[in-house]
Amino acid sequence: MRILIKGGRVVDPARQLDAVGDICIADGKIVSVGQKVAGFQPEHTIEAQDMVVCPGLVDLSVRLREPGQEHKATIDSETRAAAAGGITTVCMPPDTDPIVDSPAVLELIRQRADAAGHAHVVVLGAMTKQLTGGEITEMHALKRAGCVGISNGMSAVQNSLVLRRAMEYAASYDIKVFLVPEDSDLANGGCVHEGTISIRMGLPGIPECAESIAVGRDLLLVEQTGVSAHFCRLSSGRALSMISRARHDGLAVSADVAVHQLHLTEIDLADFNANCHVRPPLRSQRDREMLLEGLRSGAINAVCSDHQPHETSAKLLPFAETQPGVSGLESLLPLTLRAGVEAGMPLVNILALLTSGPAAVLGLDRGHLAPGAVADICVFREHERWRMTPETTLSKGKNSPFMHWEMQGRVQHTLLAGKPVFSLQAEPA
Amino acid sequence: MKRHNLQLDDQGQLRHFLTVEGLSRALLVEILDRAETFAGVASRSVKKVPLLRGKTVINLFFESSTRTRTTFELAAKRLSADVLNINIATSATNKGESLLDTLRNLEAMHCDMFVVRHNQSGAAPFFAAHVAPHISVINAGDGSHAHPTQAMLDAFTIRQVKGDFHRLKVAVVGDILHSRVARSQIHALTTLGVDELRVVGPKTLVPDSVASLGAHIFHDLSAGLRDVDVVIMLRLQRERMQGAFLPSVHEYFHLYGLTEEKLALARPDAIVLHPGPINRGVEIDSRVADGKQSVILQQVSNGIAVRMAIMSMVLGRQTENPEVKH
Repeated sequence: MRILIKGGRVVDPARQLDAVGDICIADGKIVSVGQKVAGFQPEHTIEAQDMVVCPGLVDLSVRLREPGQEHKATIDSETRAAAAGGITTVCMPPDTDPIVDSPAVLELIRQRADAAGHAHVVVLGAMTKQLTGGEITEMHALKRAGCVGISNGMSAVQNSLVLRRAMEYAASYDIKVFLVPEDSDLANGGCVHEGTISIRMGLPGIPECAESIAVGRDLLLVEQTGVSAHFCRLSSGRALSMISRARHDGLAVSADVAVHQLHLTEIDLADFNANCHVRPPLRSQRDREMLLEGLRSGAINAVCSDHQPHETSAKLLPFAETQPGVSGLESLLPLTLRAGVEAGMPLVNILALLTSGPAAVLGLDRGHLAPGAVADICVFREHERWRMTPETTLSKGKNSPFMHWEMQGRVQHTLLAGKPVFSLQAEPA
Repeated sequence: MKRHNLQLDDQGQLRHFLTVEGLSRALLVEILDRAETFAGVASRSVKKVPLLRGKTVINLFFESSTRTRTTFELAAKRLSADVLNINIATSATNKGESLLDTLRNLEAMHCDMFVVRHNQSGAAPFFAAHVAPHISVINAGDGSHAHPTQAMLDAFTIRQVKGDFHRLKVAVVGDILHSRVARSQIHALTTLGVDELRVVGPKTLVPDSVASLGAHIFHDLSAGLRDVDVVIMLRLQRERMQGAFLPSVHEYFHLYGLTEEKLALARPDAIVLHPGPINRGVEIDSRVADGKQSVILQQVSNGIAVRMAIMSMVLGRQTENPEVKH
């Protein structure tokens, strides 16, 4: 199908491009950007005046809950929600049931994602068998089958020897490791940031050093093994500075942050709001400011939704017994725009955190608009205000602390490989 | 955010009693004053007032307790309410929707008040946020979060002996980190205007962040007790020896156990409180617990009057505040 996106403000962070123009698409690929190709006869035209046209967003951490937890969500429901959020590529951690520790599970996920057809789904393989942190997986086979990297899910490998071996083995085959840094002994079963709020509420705290100590150890092992590493979901400003310094010293490391960490702090837990129960926990205002500074300085390579949809009852318990996580696909774009504006960044740099930045982390040829690229495209109105409500949220998970917030920036169209997968007007209100 | 006034109604009256934090000094004084009118009821031959006649109170205890449950039961009965005790052991398999289901089932019995004790912090506000609008919730202790009726009976006992809060120095000694009682006491006594509130214990049990609650931190018991008017000893849970909070009961008693020698550092007329049950020889020496400065048993009998006051304020809202007759 030939599509013309007409008269939009085209923002392509990979090329630092920000100019009004047309985009011609044919056979799922971008043909031209800027001037319309002479003689191009579109079958479908998207009028994009007063809209931003950017690469489809790439989300580094999305739990689709399938296979294994279909009572929470499915590949179909969540990739549909991704499309509504302008997201065209989602990266899934391996902690499904069964765990992604063999090519067969990967193949199952891929088939279902293809059948749904709302977004590209890429997958991280398990770093250790059953994610228990004991024995390493057949990561070479996982890579050959298509995994974009390996991770140990929510639970960091605590045994430093096992982690070292996993990194050495991964480095042998150019496999990137995705690390969720947490020292589980220091975390000690906590559920909120250790500080003034945990002491007030009497909830067990996770000290900031549980993250920064893990980052310190991991950085030393990355240096030792020469593996390429990505740090996931940072919450501590100190941990981010350590990574930033290591990168400055020449280490091949990158980092992302979940968008809720850029807006919320421990204070938001003060009424035991279970929708603010996340891992790592919401930290102090000072940490939040350091993370915002990290957006501006480039210390953070990507912002992700850390999407974790839950059934309603998972949050209807006393705080510590609720399951952590936020359903975030549909608020990723407006919340990142808002954080970027607060950090004083130009639009092109903000969008880099959602497109070229995460694509580079995954080593994917996505997240840009160069002629010849796969036509994954997000068209949004930068200043349109809207309210997120449970009724209009497509994700099966309605667990968001941002419900009923006024959002600014609304996705109008999403194209996946040149095919429209979401159009705002077409959705019933 | 919209739940900030969960425990107050439109008129600023108590709708639930979940935590002392955020309540005004006037309201706390009202509770103490009302408790004083009830303190005489126990010494009469007919120990009942008809304030809550026709009301049903359910004591919903997810965590075992003898003293607190008994005093709540007596308080409700002396107010002429019908009382039902339900003990539900929390088991790992009994989670999920069953907690709300339990609530719905009990609501269907047309009760007016839940007195809730639960081992999870925030359980009482959770119940209050989800009960039917005509039901009130009283927090009888939720995890390490709050135990507001205990704090109010402690304040009542202190006022009974000392008359006023304004010139008092108070020391709370022990495991602040895990203590719901300590949290509520700190909020109550700072709101009521004590001159100085100290907390005493090792850093493992008294982290620096306790200062943000308005308390002065001492790691040395002798320094912490010097010139205080009130000493509140907290119960030490034996499981603190696991988890590397403390090396041994022996060393804890040596450093923080209240003995006659240590108590002599406080003002001569200082009183000693303990929320019970006491561990003799762990946090307090028997000679102090049974000594003339101890008001531990007085606390227990005051517990009934204070709980009567709170229950009648919460449930008596609609009934145009009938006068209590002696």
